[in-house]
Amino acid sequence: MPAVTETRETVEKLAKSSYEWGFETDIEMDIAPKGLNEETVRLISERKGEPQWMLDWRLKAFRAWLEMEEPTWAHIHHPPIDYQDAHYFAQPKKKPGPKSLDEVDPELLKTYAKLGIPLHEQALLAGVEGAEEARLPVAVDAVFDSVSVATTFRKTLAEAGVIFCPISEAIREHPELVQKYLGTVVPVSDNFFGALNSAVFTDGSFVYIPEGVRCPMELSTYFRINARNTGQFERTLIIAEDRATVSYLEGCTAPQRDENQLHAAVVELIAMEDASIKYSTVQNWYPGDDEGRGGIYNFVTKRGICRGARSKISWTQVETGSAITWKYPSCVLAGEGSVGEFYSVAVTNNHQQADTGTKMIHLAPNTRSTIIAKTISAGHSDSTYRGLVRMQPKARNARNFTQCDSLLIGDQCGAHTVPYIESRNMTARVEHEATTSKISEDQLFYCRSRGLSEEDAVGLIVNGFCREVLKELPMEFAVEAQKLLQISLEGSVG
Amino acid sequence: MSDFLKIQGLQARIDADGTPKDILKGLDLEIPKGEVHAIMGPNGSGKSTLSYVLAGRDDYEVTGGSATFKGQDLLALEPEERAALGLFLAFQSPVELPGVNNANFLRTAVNAVRRARGEAEMDAVAFLKAVRAETKHLSMSDDMLKRAVNVGFSGGEKKRNEVLQMRLLQPSFAILDETDSGLDIDALRIVAEGVNSLRSPDFSALVITHHQRLLDYIVPDRVHVMAHGRIIHSGGPDIAKTLEKQGYTQFLEAAA
Ligand SMILES: Nc1ncnc2c1ncn2[C@@H]1O[C@H](COP(=O)(O)OP(=O)(O)OP(=O)(O)O)[C@@H](O)[C@H]1O
Ligand SMILES: [Mg+2]
Repeated sequence: MPAVTETRETVEKLAKSSYEWGFETDIEMDIAPKGLNEETVRLISERKGEPQWMLDWRLKAFRAWLEMEEPTWAHIHHPPIDYQDAHYFAQPKKKPGPKSLDEVDPELLKTYAKLGIPLHEQALLAGVEGAEEARLPVAVDAVFDSVSVATTFRKTLAEAGVIFCPISEAIREHPELVQKYLGTVVPVSDNFFGALNSAVFTDGSFVYIPEGVRCPMELSTYFRINARNTGQFERTLIIAEDRATVSYLEGCTAPQRDENQLHAAVVELIAMEDASIKYSTVQNWYPGDDEGRGGIYNFVTKRGICRGARSKISWTQVETGSAITWKYPSCVLAGEGSVGEFYSVAVTNNHQQADTGTKMIHLAPNTRSTIIAKTISAGHSDSTYRGLVRMQPKARNARNFTQCDSLLIGDQCGAHTVPYIESRNMTARVEHEATTSKISEDQLFYCRSRGLSEEDAVGLIVNGFCREVLKELPMEFAVEAQKLLQISLEGSVG
Repeated sequence: MSDFLKIQGLQARIDADGTPKDILKGLDLEIPKGEVHAIMGPNGSGKSTLSYVLAGRDDYEVTGGSATFKGQDLLALEPEERAALGLFLAFQSPVELPGVNNANFLRTAVNAVRRARGEAEMDAVAFLKAVRAETKHLSMSDDMLKRAVNVGFSGGEKKRNEVLQMRLLQPSFAILDETDSGLDIDALRIVAEGVNSLRSPDFSALVITHHQRLLDYIVPDRVHVMAHGRIIHSGGPDIAKTLEKQGYTQFLEAAA
C-alpha cells in the first residue's frame, strides 16, 4: 500500500530532471583502446587472467561473429552501430580497501546515494573493510562498469553451498562448472549479439545452487554503465541442480550521456529435476532525451532450459528504459512436465522503441507455459510484442496460455502484437488472448475527483493494468517497479 | 452566510459528435453552509451535468455564468483542487479501475487530499483502522477493499463504495447523484444514515434523486426542481411529496 505514496514522493523529487539517475561518476579507469579485433579479445582474456580454454572459446565466438550479420527483422530503427568506435574494456583502478566510508571515493558514494542504495549497503559495495559483518536480506554483487566492485554475503551463501560470484572469478575458481555449462543454452554462434557477447564479455554473475538447496536469500545485482563509450557485455550463468531453488534479481540504472551505448548481455539459466529458477528484472536504462538522442541500445539474449522433469523457469521483467530494447527471454522445456513462465511489462515513452517478447519451446510431454505480456505505449513511442510458442512432436498434452494486453496513452504511439504459433503435436493446446485499450477520460476524472493529480491517476491506472505481472516480483522490486512505471510516464498525459 | 456555494446563470454545453449541445441554460442555485438541498427533475434535465461541471469534468464547456465555493472561483480549479477544497461527488455511475486495489485507491486518495489540506498523512495502520470502522458502519464486507475498484461490484455495492469514499475524504460539500438508485430498502437506510451522521454546521450536501422516499430519510432543508437545464422551482421538503403524487407537469407548465 505505501508504494503509491512513495511513487508520488519520488516523482516530486524527480520532477526537476526527467532522468535524475542520468549522472556520470568520475573515477579513475583502466580503459582499453577503442576497437574490436582478435587483439581486443586476447587483451580482455589476459586482463581477466583467464585460462587458455576460455580464450579459445572467446576466439571461436569472435570468428563466428565476424561471419554474422546484424539482424534486421525487429520492428526497430537506429543508425548503424560502429563496433570499432567503442571501448571493450574498462575497469576502476585497484586501490587497497578503504577503512571506512570516509575513505571511499566521494564520487562513488554520490552515485550510490543517487541510486538510493542504503548506507550499510554502500559500505559493502565500496569494499569497506569489516562491512560484511552487517546483515542484509539481499545479497548484492555490484557490477560497476563491467567489474564487480564487491561481492557480499559470500559466507552465508557458502555455508549453504551456494556459489554466487563474478563470472570472471568463477572461470578461475570453478572452471569445471563454467566449462560444463557456459554456452550450452546460448551457443557462441546463436545470434549476432550473443556471439559478440561471448567474444568480449567482461563480467557478470555466476550462480550455482547444489542439489536440494533452497537459496537462503534473494540474489541481486546492480548493473551500472559508467565509462563513456564502453559497451557493456554482461554474462550471467545460473545453474540449479536437482530440487534446488533460487530467486535472482537484476536491476539497473544508467548515467546520462550523448552517444548511444550498446548493451548486449547474455543470460543462461539451467534447471535440473524439480529445480526452480525465478529471474526478475527491473530495467531502467537511460532512454535518451525527449527526442530519443543518446539512449542505451539494449540487445539481450536471455534463455533458460528446463532440463529436468518438473523443473520450472520463470522470467519476470519490467522494462522502462533504453532507447531501443531487443529482448526475448525464452524457455526451452526439455524435461517432462516442466514449466515456463514469462511475465512482462514494457513501457515506452517519447521516442523509445521496444521489440520484446518470449519464446516457449515445448520439447517434452506435459510441459506447460504461461505468457502474460503488458505493453504500455505513450508519446511517440513504438512497442512490439513478439512471441513464439512452439510445440514439438514429442510435446504430448503440452499447454500454453498467452495473454497480451496493450495500453495506449495518447494517439501518437503504436503497439503491435506478433504471435507465432507452431504446433507439431495434435494433443498440445495453445490459447492466445489479446486486448488493446486506452486510459479513459472517465477513469482519469474519477481519480482526480478523489484528489489525485493527473500523473498519480495515470500511475495508479497503469499499475492496475500491470498488476498480474507486478505481483510476480519480489516485494522490494515491486515497489521500485511501481515507481519506475510512473516516472517513465511523466508528462505523457495532458 | 450564503456564499458557501453560489451558482449564478451557469451555462454549459457538450460537444456531441461535432455539434455543440447546450445542457445547462442559466442555472441559479445557492446552498448555505450546513444545509442539505435536494434536486429532482426529469431524466435528461441536466442534473448529472451540473454535478460534473461542479466537480470539474473538462469535456463540458462552461459558456456562461459563475460558480463560487467558499469564496473561490470553483470553475477555475482543477478537479483535484476542488476535492482538496472539500467538494465531493458521489457518481451516478461509478467508474471501474481494473487491477487497482480498492484499499490502495482509497488510501492514495485520502492522503492526497490530506496533504493538499495541510494535514498529516495516514499510515497504513491508522488508515486500515479508519476504513474498517467505516465499512462496518456501511455493512460492507472487507472483501470489497481487496477487490479492484468497482470491478464486478453490484449496483448497490458501487453506491456504498461511493459513500465509503465520501466518509473517508471528509468533504464539506458532497453531491450525491442518485446514490439511492439501485439500493435495496436496508441499504437505502444505511446510506442515508451514512449521510445524516455527517450532517453538521460544517457540512452541506446536494442530493440528486428521483425518489421522494430517500428524502424521508435524508430530510432536506430545501428541494429544487430542475428542468431543461435550469432550476424552475424551489421550496421546502413537501415539494417532493407533491412531485411524487403529481409528477413534473404542473411545475413545467408554471415555468413555461
Ligand atoms: N457526452 C454527451 N454527449 C451528448 N449528449 C450528452 C452527453 N452528456 C450528456 N448529454 C445529454 O445532456 C442531457 C442531460 O444529461 P444528464 O446526464 O445531465 O441528465 P440527468 O438530469 O442527470 O438525467 P438522469 O435523471 O437520467 O440521470 C441529456 O439529454 C444527455 O443525453
Ligand atoms: Mg443523472
